[in-house]
Amino acid sequence: MKNSDFRIQVKAFYAFLLVCISLLVLLSIVILLYNSNPDIFYSKKEIDTKDYIEVSKDDNYDKIENGIHIRTGFKEGEGLMETVNNCTNCHSAQLVIQNRMNKERWEETIHWMQETQNLWDLGDNEAIIINYLVTNYPPVKKGRRTILSTVEWYNLEDE
Amino acid sequence: MSRRKFIKKATLGTLAGLIGADIVFGASMPKNYFPIALQEPDLFQLFGKSPEMTVLNTKPWNIEAKAHLLDDKITPNKAMFLRNNGLLPEKIDLDKWTLTIDGESVKEKKTYSLSELKSKFKQYTYQLTLECGGNGRSEFDPPAKGNQWTIGAVSCANWTGVRLKDVLEDAGIKEDAVYIGYHAIDSHLSRDPNKEPISRGAPMEKVVQDETLLAFKMNNEAIPLAHGYPLRLIAGGWPASVSGKWINRISIRNKVHDGTKMTGTAYRVPCKPVAPGEKVKDEDMCIIESMPVKSLITFPKTGAIIKENKKLHIRGHAWAGELEVAQMEYSIDFGATWLECVIDKPVNRLAWQHFSASLSFPQKGYYEIWARATDSQGVKQPMVLPGWNPKGYLNNACHRIAVKVI
Repeated sequence: MKNSDFRIQVKAFYAFLLVCISLLVLLSIVILLYNSNPDIFYSKKEIDTKDYIEVSKDDNYDKIENGIHIRTGFKEGEGLMETVNNCTNCHSAQLVIQNRMNKERWEETIHWMQETQNLWDLGDNEAIIINYLVTNYPPVKKGRRTILSTVEWYNLEDE
Repeated sequence: MSRRKFIKKATLGTLAGLIGADIVFGASMPKNYFPIALQEPDLFQLFGKSPEMTVLNTKPWNIEAKAHLLDDKITPNKAMFLRNNGLLPEKIDLDKWTLTIDGESVKEKKTYSLSELKSKFKQYTYQLTLECGGNGRSEFDPPAKGNQWTIGAVSCANWTGVRLKDVLEDAGIKEDAVYIGYHAIDSHLSRDPNKEPISRGAPMEKVVQDETLLAFKMNNEAIPLAHGYPLRLIAGGWPASVSGKWINRISIRNKVHDGTKMTGTAYRVPCKPVAPGEKVKDEDMCIIESMPVKSLITFPKTGAIIKENKKLHIRGHAWAGELEVAQMEYSIDFGATWLECVIDKPVNRLAWQHFSASLSFPQKGYYEIWARATDSQGVKQPMVLPGWNPKGYLNNACHRIAVKVI
């Protein structure tokens, strides 16, 4: 009796192993197929294409033109995407671009935003972002009063 | 074309996310109107503003005028600067709108509906100057943090409403009252409902002035949404941040109000003058009250070319916070000599005053016209930047325009 019990257990185990291996083989085939053509498991008929948009290949969300990141207006440079991803969620990039600060004051500003404005911990990105900002938007000396610049000249007609 | 189709189909919410800003009059956006995200916003469509206004920031919205756009004696909406600390309210239910008066120093907490406010208290109209505390910030060196306002964050519209003191007295003001603090329905940039974008106020001396209003109307029409519809506090002559928008609660405090932007470097300047860039301790900072004397040449627009021997008529406005402007001068020789302008009396206290002058130039060449106002206490506008402060407030250096005589 003991011997036949053992035989049954071995048979059961063998069957279980077979099932496992077949499943594995099937899964690998599926993965291989999906990798070669991700659309293979979708029936084209189920997709209502009328709400989809065609986005041409050059219509890049993070397109850069003439050194400017079009979506935000930030200058192209090392740390651009870290800055875009962390500094334009609550306010526009314009608030950053308008300002000119040194490393110390950017640090202060970031810490103020973390303490009072719900900005998250930037981790390693903090140094990258500050470096991007001080490199691309450094303070400019203005003195006590600048000359009048960007004047658009026009003929003033008699009133 | 298919991208356009997508945008049209998208909900306004998605659109707002796309351009990172709120579509203010989304509900009434014309069918064929296609907001061009990521490009120049259509200021007229969004806020009824002149397209010549300068957008400093789209989130939060901060927009300023140029000097020549402010030529009207009474500032119309289209030329009025827009300053926001948070996100504009998305939905306003007039019937359900209430104003609550509470705080340590209120005798009895009271709540009023809009119609109660309008019927129970006498209404007054005043023309009141509102200038952003940070107007002129862009000129400070070292640069000051924040929106880089140049000269256009000032307005003087007619405001109609009830006197704040009448409403507060109706609820009852305890003897220990020192300050009020306002609360409003705009939301914080992080959309955290527990944070207020701004909650400032004023001491009781300002609160009890006749001209301090809870306003419903601007230039005799409902206040535009972006300017505080349906209820706005108006405290002329003080930093415009005291004039809270979308007000639904006013706390009568037994201490200086400690809401958002009342502390730290916000709307505060060093109590004693400091060197440019100097660190200032928190306890050495004082809250800005009355704005300083200032003026703008609103005609002609800078860059005018005129013929030799022609007279040039200039005009503009001058204001002096709580005070009046006593004298107005101009210079065409970089401040070496000054000549008098004609200056009108204000239509009421805290309204700006209009000046004009007729100029002649000694010879052909490049000139700058500088304008300088003097307040009723003899204080003049400086020709260069006034005292540096960490957030770049109170720049009242004289306005300059460029002129060529040919």
